[in-house]
Amino acid sequence: MKSIFAVAGIVIKELYRRKDFYVLFILTALICLVMASVNIFNDDKIIRYLKELCLLLIWISSLVIAIITAARQIPAERENRTLLPLLAKPLTRPELILGKFFGCWFACGLALICFYLFFGALAASREHQWPLLNYFQAAALHWFMLGVVVALTLLGSLVFAAPSSNATIIFVVVAGILLVGRHLNQVALSLPEPSQSIVYSVYYAIPHLELFDLRDLIIHDWPLVPWKFFGLAILYALAYTALFLIGTCLVFRRKTVN
Amino acid sequence: MSVILKTEKLRVEFTSREFRQTTKVALNSLDLEVTTGEVFGFLGPNGAGKTTTINVLLGFVTPKSGAAYLFGIDVRQPIARQRIGYLPEMTYYYKFLTAEELLRFYAKIFGLPRAEADKRIDGLLKLVDLEQARRRPLKTYSKGMQQRVGLAQALINNPDLLILDEPTSGLDPLGRMKVREVIQRLKNEGKTVFFSSHELGEVETICDRVAIINQGELKAIGRVGDILGQHHSNLEKAFLDIIGYQLQATP
Repeated sequence: MKSIFAVAGIVIKELYRRKDFYVLFILTALICLVMASVNIFNDDKIIRYLKELCLLLIWISSLVIAIITAARQIPAERENRTLLPLLAKPLTRPELILGKFFGCWFACGLALICFYLFFGALAASREHQWPLLNYFQAAALHWFMLGVVVALTLLGSLVFAAPSSNATIIFVVVAGILLVGRHLNQVALSLPEPSQSIVYSVYYAIPHLELFDLRDLIIHDWPLVPWKFFGLAILYALAYTALFLIGTCLVFRRKTVN
Repeated sequence: MSVILKTEKLRVEFTSREFRQTTKVALNSLDLEVTTGEVFGFLGPNGAGKTTTINVLLGFVTPKSGAAYLFGIDVRQPIARQRIGYLPEMTYYYKFLTAEELLRFYAKIFGLPRAEADKRIDGLLKLVDLEQARRRPLKTYSKGMQQRVGLAQALINNPDLLILDEPTSGLDPLGRMKVREVIQRLKNEGKTVFFSSHELGEVETICDRVAIINQGELKAIGRVGDILGQHHSNLEKAFLDIIGYQLQATP
């Protein structure tokens, strides 16, 4: 376990020593603060739109951080040849993959904490309330969703040749799932066979990341998600994360390292 | 003297990924034995199979047939790598880390306690003359400094066997001297060093035994003095003779 966390520590250090996170955070903060400073149409309910915009930016930024960070891990190790001294130590390939995964995932968690704290402060300055449990549920499910995305991106980094192509493909896939994933079964109903079966198979095979999107809960001050469903959603995320990590380990086992 | 590194009838094949697959034999029936306390030079022209052999020893490449052992343990088991240090040919270490952080990271992988790691890091940075630059990011290091920090990471676990892949390539004379000094020091401490090199003069000076391979096959193995005696020349001429290179007379 020590070596897994040593690898994870390096990934986290890399995130906060690079500019990506700071740029995205400052950009999100600037856009939100500018939007918060103007009272469009003199509408009192404008805070809802502000919260919606801020959360959308947080979702986009967190996905960019997760995908970009995970996509470059293994390719950079191979390109700089640091994979060689690393695997020449008593570190197995699955341990390396797990270290990279935990590093990216914890790094995303730290970024999310910053984003949600900023969001909470911004919302509280207008609404004078801080629904902590709602924020906790939204942030926790968001983080577990990013775990699935990180694991998927690590798998992609071994399948696709260039980190940029991997990042683009994963971003399109994740955006596709978030936007149309929930409608695929309805689309399938209107299709003839065998397209119907294919689309149904896709519907049941893909990880439904939209289940982790609790933005509306915060925007409209809806009641909490029952804890039973919250727990089930986390289990669902863990199952897909484990599946993608096993796939990554299997692909990496056969890869030549130099 | 116990055998610390051993390969038996090692055969490695690489198959191209093109439509018409071609198979290249990288190593063919390679038998090597390195005993405790030896400095062993592994020589051969470019593409001879030196790095492939090292890659098999480190478990990076799976041989088609044959076997390799470190300390009597099959190299495919990670535990075989617990007592080795490895310096690959030109590596660009994590540029956002400092030398101290890099060494601490590798020490953690070996599970060294913090106090022990601190002691070793101080000693190694002193050994490779990087004490002054220990808190500078590696991205500011020159090629020679990168290679020296690489040498330090290879020694972090106080290995009994050090595997170096062309450790002096691209280094200035001062850097080469430093690497030679370290190898000499390890030899005096009774450590085993296995290294591939193109610097034949250097090999002649510090190696106890050498092996010469060409096109994946072992062409010669023995004590440096014996090989020189058989060819009545220096190591460079003996090397060219063994690999079958004909020197052209200049008009």
